[in-house]
Formats: sequence, C-alpha cells, structure tokens
Amino acid sequence: MSIKPTLLLLISLLFLIVILVVFFITTQDVALLNPKGYIAQKQFELIKFAVFLGLFIIIPVFSLTFFTVWKYREENKDKNFFPSFGNDSKMQVIFWLIPLIIILVLTIITWKYTHLLDPFKSVASEKPPIVIQVVALRWKWLFIYPEQGIASVNFVQFPKKTPVQFKLTADEAPMNSFWIPKLGGQMYAMTGMQTQLNLIADSREEFSGSAAEISGAGFGKMRFTAKSSTEEDFEKWVNETRSLGKELTQYEYDKLLKPSEGNPVEYFSIYDDLYNVILAKYQPQNGSQINHYNHTNY
Amino acid sequence: MEDLFGKLTLQALPHEWFTIGGAISMTAGGLGAILLLTYLKRWKWLWTEWLTSTDPKKIGVMYITVAVFMLFRGVLDAVLLWLHQVLAGGGQGYLTADHFQQISTAHGVIMVFFVAMGLLFGLMNIIVPLQIGARDLAFPFLNSLGFWLYVAGAILINIFFVFGGEFAATGWLAIAPLSGLEFSPGVGVDYWIWSLQISGLGTLIGGINFIVTILKMRAPGMTLMRMPLFVWTTLCSMILVVSVFPILTMTIILLNLDRLLGMHFFTTGFGGNPMMYTNLIWMWGHPEVYILILPAFGIYSEIVATFSGKRLFGYTTAVVAVVAVTLLSTLVWLHHFFTMGADANVNAFFGIMTMIIAIPTGAQIFNWIATMYKGKIRLTTPMLWFLGFVATFTFGGMAGVMLAIPPIDYQVHNSLFLVAHFHTMAIGGALFGLFAGISYWFPKVFGFKLNEKLGQYAFWCWLVGFFTSFVPLYILGFMGVTRRLDTYDPSTGWQFLFLISLLGAGIIALGIGFQLLQIAVSILKRKENQNTTGDPWDGRTLEWSTSSPPPSYSFAVIPTVDDRDAFWTMKQAGKPISKPIFVDIHAPKNTASGIYISAFALIIGFSLVWHIFWLTVLGFLGVIITVIVRTFNDDTEYTISASEIAKNEEKRGIYG
Repeated sequence: MSIKPTLLLLISLLFLIVILVVFFITTQDVALLNPKGYIAQKQFELIKFAVFLGLFIIIPVFSLTFFTVWKYREENKDKNFFPSFGNDSKMQVIFWLIPLIIILVLTIITWKYTHLLDPFKSVASEKPPIVIQVVALRWKWLFIYPEQGIASVNFVQFPKKTPVQFKLTADEAPMNSFWIPKLGGQMYAMTGMQTQLNLIADSREEFSGSAAEISGAGFGKMRFTAKSSTEEDFEKWVNETRSLGKELTQYEYDKLLKPSEGNPVEYFSIYDDLYNVILAKYQPQNGSQINHYNHTNY
Repeated sequence: MEDLFGKLTLQALPHEWFTIGGAISMTAGGLGAILLLTYLKRWKWLWTEWLTSTDPKKIGVMYITVAVFMLFRGVLDAVLLWLHQVLAGGGQGYLTADHFQQISTAHGVIMVFFVAMGLLFGLMNIIVPLQIGARDLAFPFLNSLGFWLYVAGAILINIFFVFGGEFAATGWLAIAPLSGLEFSPGVGVDYWIWSLQISGLGTLIGGINFIVTILKMRAPGMTLMRMPLFVWTTLCSMILVVSVFPILTMTIILLNLDRLLGMHFFTTGFGGNPMMYTNLIWMWGHPEVYILILPAFGIYSEIVATFSGKRLFGYTTAVVAVVAVTLLSTLVWLHHFFTMGADANVNAFFGIMTMIIAIPTGAQIFNWIATMYKGKIRLTTPMLWFLGFVATFTFGGMAGVMLAIPPIDYQVHNSLFLVAHFHTMAIGGALFGLFAGISYWFPKVFGFKLNEKLGQYAFWCWLVGFFTSFVPLYILGFMGVTRRLDTYDPSTGWQFLFLISLLGAGIIALGIGFQLLQIAVSILKRKENQNTTGDPWDGRTLEWSTSSPPPSYSFAVIPTVDDRDAFWTMKQAGKPISKPIFVDIHAPKNTASGIYISAFALIIGFSLVWHIFWLTVLGFLGVIITVIVRTFNDDTEYTISASEIAKNEEKRGIYG
C-alpha cells in the first residue's frame, strides 16, 4: 500500500473521531463533564489537568513517530541512512526525563488531591452534614435517615448545599458500589463493613445513581434517583414520608431482603437503629450467621 | 443415579437456545474434523508429527492454532454482548441478564487465559530457543504437558455446551462473595475454577521451563546483555508467572474449598472476608497484565530494529526499563480497588507507584522512535502493527494514568471508561504485538511469507475498527455507564454510542476476515512468497540463521555468539561459512504422556464440577499412574546421525 491513501484514511479517521467526540460532549449530558457538586467539580478539574499533562507525552510521541517514519522510510531518497547511530547518552537522558518530570508533577497532585478528596472526609461547609445510611440489598438500595426516622428504597432526597454523609453497608448481597456520577465518585458497599462517601449538591436537580459493581441478575436495574431540593422541600418530604409511609417492621424488612429486580420506590418510617443491627449481624461474636438475624432483638 | 452422576442430571443438559446452538456447532465442528481426518487418512500423521511432538516449534504452532480457535469464540461472545447492548437501548435486548453476564464472563476469561496466553506461549515456544541458539527447551516433556494442560482448560471452559450446566455469571475474576455458593449456587463458577486451575498449572510449568531454558541453555558467548530483547522480556514475563500464578492457584483453591466443602474464607458470614479475595486475585491479576504486555514489548523491539536496519537504540536502558516494569508491576495491585474504602495514604501510595510505571514505559517508546531515526524504514505489515501499537498504547496509557489518580478513579472505576482503557492496552498493546510477531516470524516457521497486501488491509481494518469501537466506550464511561450492563433506559441517549461501537466491531470482524483470507491466499500461492534463504527480512538475531522451516534439531552446529544482534554481525563479517564437522544430535522422542495426564486432569476437573467423586478418584489415579510410568521410562531420546544432518545441511548450499 502506498503511503498517500493510507495517510488520507488515517487523517479522515482522526477527523471523524474528533467530530464525534466534540459532538457528543457538547450536545449530550455527559455526567462527568457536567459536575453538580464540589466533589465532582474537583474530580472534573483533575481529569482536565491529567489530560492536559498527557498531551505533553501524546503530542511529542505522535509527531516524532510520524516525522521519523515519514522522513526515514525506504522510498525516501534524500534521507541520510546512518545505521551505526545507536547510543546517544544525551538523548537517553532526555527520554527518561520527559516522563519523569510529568509523573513527578502528577505525583504531587495525586498526593494532595487524594487527601483533599478522601471520600471519608466530610465536605467543608457551614452547615452540619446530614447522615444517610445506605444498605445495598439484592437488587435495590435502602436509604435510612437515622435523624429523621424515615427510610426509602431506590430514592434518596437531601437538601442542596448541605454536605451529605453516606454510610454504606450491605445485607445478604454481594459486594456493590454506590455511584452518583454528577455528584462524585463511587464507594463499595459490603456486608459487615461500613464505608463512607461524602458528597454535596450545589443545585436542585434529580440525579441518576447506579450500582457499579456486578452483583447478579438484577444488577443492571439496580438504579436509584438522588434528588437534591431546597431545605423546605426536604422537610416537607420527610414529614410526608413519616406520616404516610409504612413502618419498616421486621416483616417488611424481610420482604426487602428477598431478591427483586427493578424494585419500585418505597417509603417507610423507622423507629429503631436498623442500620447498626444490620452491621452487627456479621460480627463474629454475634453468631455471624445470616439466619440468626431473626433472633436478634430488633 | 445421584451417586453415579453427582449433580449432573438430564435437566442440566443444554436446553436453552444459546447452549443448544453451541452444542450443535461444537459437535458438528468436531465430527467434521474427525471425518475429514479419516477421509484424508491423516490420523497417524497428526498423532506422530504434531500431537505427541516435543519439538517446541511444533508445540508453538499448536498453541497458536488453539488460541486462534479460542479467539473466534471470544470475538463471537463480544459481538453477542455488543448486539445485546445496542438492542437493550430500545428497552429489551435478546439475552436474559444471566446469559448476558455468563457471556461477558466467558469473553474475558477466554481472551486473557486462552487467546492472549496461548498466542504468547506459542510465539515464545517457536522463537525463544531459536534466538538463544538452543535446540530445545530445558524440559521438552514438561513443555508438551504444559501445552496439553492448556488444551484441557480450553476444553473444560467450552464443555458445558455439550454436557450441560452453565458458565460463571460473575465477571471474569469471579469476585467474592458473588462467586460464593450463596450467590452463585450453579456449576458455572466451578467450571471457571477448574478450567483456570488446570490451564494455570500448564502456565506455571511453562514459566519454569522458559526461565531455566533462558538461564541455562544459551549458545556460547551469548551473555545476558547480548540476549535479544524478546528473550529478555520473555524471561521477565516468566519470572512474573512463577511469582504470581501460585497466588492465583491458592486463591482459587480457597474459593473452591468455600464452594465444595462449605468453608468460609471469602463468605460474608462466619468471619469470612470477601475483601481478601479481591486483594489476592489482583495480586495475581495486575502482574498478569504485564505478563502479556512485556513480551509484546520484546516483539516490537525486534521488529523495529529489523525493519529500520539498525540496532535497537539504548539496549541497556531498554533492559533496565523492562526489569523496572517487572518489579513495579507487583507493587500496584491495590489500584484495582481504590473504591473499597482504603485510607487516603494507602490509595495515594498505590496510585503513585502505578504512575511510576509510565516512566520506563515512556522511555521505551522514545527508544523505539530513536531506533527508527536515521534508519531505512521498511513499512511492512509487522511494522504497521507496531505503529498502530504506538498510536493506541500512548492513548490508552494516558487513560491509565488518569485511572491511577485515585480521585479520578472514584469517578470512572467500574465504568465503560475502564473497559475501554484495558481493551486499549490488551488489543493495542498485547494483541497487536502478537499479530506483529506472527506476521514477522511466519516465514521462519513455514518457509513462505504471508501476503503483504491482505495483511495491510487486515491491519487498517483492525486499527480503524478499534478506534470506532472503543472511543464511544470512553465517552459512555464519562456518561456514567457501568460495565457489564445488560439493560438501560432508552431515554439515556446511550444507544447511539453503543451502535457506533458495534459498527467498529463489524470493521474489526472484517479485519479478521482479511487475516483468514491472508492465510488462505498465502498457503495457496506459497510458491510466490517462498523464501529458501531462511532470512526473508534481512534479520539480526539468531533465528534467521537457520533454514525456514528450521530442521527438527534447529541448529546443525550450535553457533558461537560474539555480539548483540548475533546473526547481523555474522553477516557483516561476510566470511564464507566453512563447512563444520557435524556430530550426532540427541533429541527428545515424541511422547503421549502429556496428552494422557491432561485427559485425566480434564476428568478430575469435570467430575469436581459435577460432584461425581468416584470419577475424581479415577482421574487422580490416572494422573499418578501415568506420571509414574513416564518417570520410569528411560528411553526418551533418539539420535539424529551426523551423516543425516550433513546430507540435510548440504541442501541449503550456504557453505562456501
């Protein structure tokens, strides 16, 4: 194959890809590029910075490769073939220095931001964080509001501009991962373990949330809506849920424990510390077997 | 009945459309092959010339053949998944969630363990001994055994199509506790366990074999720092195999104890800890990535030097880079689960260790460019694969560095961005390298070149198809699409991107079509592309000094090496080669013991999947007895007489 049609093909390909990417990023609601909270915003800044630094490798590598192949291809008569050129130590130092410097910069950034954006750290705010306990079940998300005394399934609401502290665990379910892309990165939810994810939403909006880790047949439909609202709306919702919702009794919770796909949104009121009962169920000194749950005094 | 067949009942036999389809195509394929061999009266030839052979060149060809068949299966799986995801955008795909996840698991396992590893071991078998001037591997019988264990694993992963059951629906690493008995009560995970256990044993045996071969059997004068880079990368890769495959074996044994004997290593109750499984499996899983990618680096180094007509630039730093990558690759596994809740210090440490790998890798890419600089570059198919690799790998490397920054990883972990990243590395890095190696060394093995034109068509289809398939996946990841997703809402607007991606898969399929056509055309017109010199590319390393195809003994006289690029130096010296004094060569005899042992291993695996324990006992007895019989067999070598060699070598007409 001669060089020219190949080259044309390559350029048109690159062109097409660039158009596709630009088209999508501008017309579609690409979650990670439209962050709606402090954490996601910072993560987006990091993504932009990493891409920017990456270009310092990609551009020289692409242009050098292209230039070299073009200039020293066999068909080119006016090149100087110099096969003994082989060990220039200055060049080698440069070859190691370029990636070294880029990675050095990234290392500093990584250390700083990993600590700044530690999911276990509360988001700085004048308001105290609202605590929401999250339990991954098969295949639905149970949200418990210990201070408000309510619980919901596959739907979570919180006031905007207020830090939200998600405390995550799972019950009778495989490992899972809790993710609201527009608000920030994900965190695993595991039985007998408690993890944390601190997020904040800047505006009133309904966000799509998902289970990011495979957990069996119903995993694809294990989605939830996260709604950030005004404080008044939130209070109203809490009061409505408390007065209208069913009580999350042992009987109701046992029903939730049964696997279900695409579970509808449900609301409950709660009076006990269900979340800690779920956590304690898996502690070895507590008998540690799942079936023993029925005998715990909940 | 239960005592006789364990859990294997009539209900377990194939009864769903996709298992029935698999059953029909596999039985038809098998019967067709049997009939063809009978019709052509080729059974004896197949058995003595190929199946029982201990010649690494032949074992290599068999490895590649099996891997190519597995590639078809893996690509078919990929297309099924892609098609489903496109259709799911209209509300409903054509697969159930369970089928979708089984196929997705099978795709991953097959591509990593049976395609990439198979192609890799195939090339290493053919080329490493030739490059170091050795006639064989250190342990020819173990080599045959390792290959047949790999085949047994490949059979076991496909056998449920015929004998029933299902495959794991857990993702390719069968992460606990999903893979435990509580959440995966079927036999799928057991098929996964035993096919990996059996083929993993083969890999480990192969790893030991190559390390010993490279360290002990190099031609006189070939010091470590005169070894071709492919040999160096193979050595490092095999050191990784020997270091980490035992972790895989142990982890799977513990998982199996959980499932078979009701133990609680990785369960969520009784003090078991699923996080330990994630930890252990990635301690193996991350180095595995480098086990595949390092030899590809070696292949590129050979190709760039040959087709630029120059020595590899910065050989010493290249070796340093490869060794550095080897060491670092064992220190980064935690980056696969930054989101499991580790401390910021821990996450930052593993993130930084991961990025450091980019330094030697980046330097190596510059080394290749400098090798081409002031060279005489021939843009042949292998060289095109290399250039395709530079384009994809740099791109994927940037995505990899992004994933290494923990706060970014929180956002893209488990998303299609991650899927796109590792496909970029696996296809653009490892697979392109293996294709490059196959087209580069094909004339060495068969004595004729592959058709250039069709090879280049295949390459362009792969490259264009690759970007068309995977750039949409990067964007989908940014849109919040998780991996292994069998269903999504039509209002999300993802369907269009999935469709583009499927289109890319079509272009890749076209590329595979060209590759098949290329092989067919090249065989039919082999006279035109014949090369009798044994050195079709003006090569630099020792494998090109033998005839093509090389005789069974490879080297009539073991060469003496006095420089890097040994064959190039010999050619430069330009002295007519004086006829050497030939002596008798002792070569290993054919053996079928590897086939028998692997057949019994297959029986063990199958019976443990279905809890047919009497059969397990028989299988174990079979393995032990075959090993004992083999051990007491002293008659394992035969002699190729000096006169026979002399007659053979005269024909080459290279002696002045």
